[in-house]
Amino acid sequence: MKKFVNKVDDMLVESLSGFAAAHRDLVALHLDPNYLTRAQKPQNKVALISGGGSGHEPLHAGFIGYGMLDAACPGHVFTSPSPDQMLAAAEAVDMGKGVLFIVKNYAGDVMNFEMASEMLAGENATVLTSDDVAVINSTYTTGRRGVAGTVIVEKCVGSLAETGADLATCKALGDKVNQRTGSMGVALTSCTVPAAGRATFDIGDNELEMGVGIHGEPGRRREAMREADAIVGDMVAAILQDFERSDHKPAKGQEILLLVNGFGGTPLMELYLLFNSAAKVLEGHGLIISRSLVGNYVTSLEMAGASITVCLLDDEIKRHWDSPVHTPALRWGR
Amino acid sequence: MRTEFILSAAAAIQQAILASESELESLDREIGDGDHFINMKRGSAAIVDMRSELADLSPDAALQKIGMKLLSTIGGASGPLLASFFMAMAKTAKERETDSLAGIAAAFAAGVDAVKQRGKADVGEKTMLDVLIPVANRFQTLTATDASRDEIFAALKDAAQAGMLSTRDLVATKGRASFLGERAIGHIDPGAKSCQVMIATVCDLALDRH
Repeated sequence: MKKFVNKVDDMLVESLSGFAAAHRDLVALHLDPNYLTRAQKPQNKVALISGGGSGHEPLHAGFIGYGMLDAACPGHVFTSPSPDQMLAAAEAVDMGKGVLFIVKNYAGDVMNFEMASEMLAGENATVLTSDDVAVINSTYTTGRRGVAGTVIVEKCVGSLAETGADLATCKALGDKVNQRTGSMGVALTSCTVPAAGRATFDIGDNELEMGVGIHGEPGRRREAMREADAIVGDMVAAILQDFERSDHKPAKGQEILLLVNGFGGTPLMELYLLFNSAAKVLEGHGLIISRSLVGNYVTSLEMAGASITVCLLDDEIKRHWDSPVHTPALRWGR
Repeated sequence: MRTEFILSAAAAIQQAILASESELESLDREIGDGDHFINMKRGSAAIVDMRSELADLSPDAALQKIGMKLLSTIGGASGPLLASFFMAMAKTAKERETDSLAGIAAAFAAGVDAVKQRGKADVGEKTMLDVLIPVANRFQTLTATDASRDEIFAALKDAAQAGMLSTRDLVATKGRASFLGERAIGHIDPGAKSCQVMIATVCDLALDRH
């Protein structure tokens, strides 16, 4: 393992401290239990709290600030945070209009946030994100994973919360955006959890993992490496097939948001190449790419690879996507 | 059940988890995301570190405190599941006697029920419950017979071992391995393995104490 480390056990706190120092105008770090909040507490809005394992930076703390989150709870690398962090964060940011937890659908995250929700005295609700189409959903399984689409949920609900909307309305928009969003990821290399010290999975030089998650956990299948257009074709097809099975089959002329998200080890040059390729396929299906985002937003440490996310827009989602946002990792309009 | 035994068990479990490092890590790399050993190591160390806080408590209060500590130190899925186990066990231990093995078996079963509820899972889903449920059932059945203490703990070790091995041929429907579908077949569940290690350790300790 070759990483920038002092002591492995100190990595998380040292990284969080650097993040908070670099963005001290926007965020404040609280330790033991660990959580981050906005530097200035807003007033009279639903408090949005997210969290999850670390190693996905800038998710979630990078999205704290005006127009997005009020607080984030970072767990250890790829490990859900614990309820004491969520309770402390909720107490710090609750403005009397309730707390909305935005949680990626993984067994650990769901259970920890569920326990926090049960222990929390104040009004609260939860939006579970589950945009990963690689996992076929079933009532008998943990279900689809929350991946890069979580950013779109956090952005849109964050915008709505700034308007003073109530808890139920915020939750409803979060659920709607999640249902209209599908993602598919591909890994070219593994990643190394620092405390484990070696690669999470073995993958050959000529192989790719189709449908990979954001923890280096395996996906749908191991395949031979191919040219980018062929890989993108399969990824987009998986997303579109999933929409076909849903209640909101996109018609020709449907406007979409196309997000190409890097996993941490793939350069922007390749991410833009993927965007070019995905845009051609999607436009070939009669969809209109009216909003876009390309970059490393939901990463998997140093894994090479990327995910493609499509969100089916409507006027409400578009309005909340376009509204001003000012966070360490996402900023426009102010 | 005495607090002194709980403390000895915690120390023995910590050693057993450390000794299982390579096995737990390789199982978790195969069908998980590689953090299970680290989390179990952190959790067991936290309990051993609070020895002095626990020593003067009643067994139920000690179990409750262990549950709360695990909840805030392990994270992941194991954190709330193990915490739910100890907190439910504490509740039962507070409400009834746990001087007899039958009493301990009842508290253990209450803990396992709490894990089922928290994880919304049951036997056959390739999780820690494939170890816990058979052990809880065996424990309650045997303590209702005139089986000796040695026979009971030996049987519980066997039940844990068999439960752990049974996960090898299962498709996971809960937890992170569920994303793998049939690719999880042929791999033992890391959570089932760590549970088996802990149960075997406590059984050995109980047999030694005899």
